[in-house]
Amino acid sequence: MERIPILRMGELLLVTIQVDMQDQMAMRLQDDLTNAISKFGAKGVLIDISALEMVDSFIGRMISDIAGMARILDATTVLVGMQPAVAITLVELGLSLPGIATALNVERGMALLRRKV
Amino acid sequence: MAANGMIASVLKKRGAQLQTEWLKELEAAGSGASRGRISSDELSKQTSQFVQLLTAVADSKQADALNSAQGKQLREFLEALIRSRVEQGFSSAETATFIFSFKKPLFQALRVEAGGNAEALAQEIWAATELLDSLGMHTVTAFQRAREELITRQQEEMLELSTPVVKLWDGILALPMIGTLDSARTQVVMESLLQKIVDTGSEMAIIDITGVPTVDTLVAQHLLKTVTALRLMGAECIISGVRPQIAQTIVHLGVDLQGVITKANLADALALALKRGGYKVSHE
Repeated sequence: MERIPILRMGELLLVTIQVDMQDQMAMRLQDDLTNAISKFGAKGVLIDISALEMVDSFIGRMISDIAGMARILDATTVLVGMQPAVAITLVELGLSLPGIATALNVERGMALLRRKV
Repeated sequence: MAANGMIASVLKKRGAQLQTEWLKELEAAGSGASRGRISSDELSKQTSQFVQLLTAVADSKQADALNSAQGKQLREFLEALIRSRVEQGFSSAETATFIFSFKKPLFQALRVEAGGNAEALAQEIWAATELLDSLGMHTVTAFQRAREELITRQQEEMLELSTPVVKLWDGILALPMIGTLDSARTQVVMESLLQKIVDTGSEMAIIDITGVPTVDTLVAQHLLKTVTALRLMGAECIISGVRPQIAQTIVHLGVDLQGVITKANLADALALALKRGGYKVSHE
């Protein structure tokens, strides 16, 4: 099964989701990411979802959960590059992802993350 | 419709004469060429084509003449004619008159054709009435449909016109909203604003509601959704142009606008957006 790569940049982790996420993949990402945070002692996580064109309530929930888990492990999460259709869907689903920082693109997300960490 | 035999022969024999009389009838009914909405050339072309197509229908001798191939041709011709009538500003009654005024000349011709045979004449007139009435009904339905299409198209055009997203500064977009907000409009507004945010890479959006006459819970809900969607994408949103009455309404309705930056006017919102963007405005 495909897995989503987690890249390490110093004390930050970079996750780019390039394919439409399946539920299994999302579960696996949750696992991998929490392990990576504790293994590398990461202080910040940047999740790029610019290639994600569809979300359902499960994936929305998963993103929110990942941010929550990262926070408990003392890492800040920034979500970048959300597409308009995805944003509208999440709002309609009632998932406003409170407490998650967002940015328009990876560059600005990185700057934001560096300021926060 | 075996009774159609006489109608067909009358139409064939006296087609040109019927058409002339019909044009006179149309003139008398006020749907003719003299009102200037339609040229007499055009009208005579339309009437002759109608007579021709009707002849084909009457000639087809099928039980359900209007649903035959010839009937379909006639209906299509009528639909095209009605669309042009709608654009020329005819009313539905005037459009239906186009068909119904053909009755008088046709009945007269049938009477001449039938001679003294009253029974045959009654039968023929009934058949002709049935045919023309169903065409008339079809005219009215088609007229209504054409009008509805026109209204829908205009609504769509208005929707496009009413949601401009303007760039105020590098990285600052503004959306002046005018008119009442409903679900369909808010959806369009939301989509165009979010798309523009992606296209321009702006981090600030100002939604100006000066032109929105009333804010109810639904409108407030829509605004909150837009703000949340913008935040999810990584942009910030300011709502400006909140009038005193609207502020009162929002509080009375118990709508929670916490976490949303609101400003009384667009100037204040722009000043804040510039400040957030690291700009300084100075006056010499």
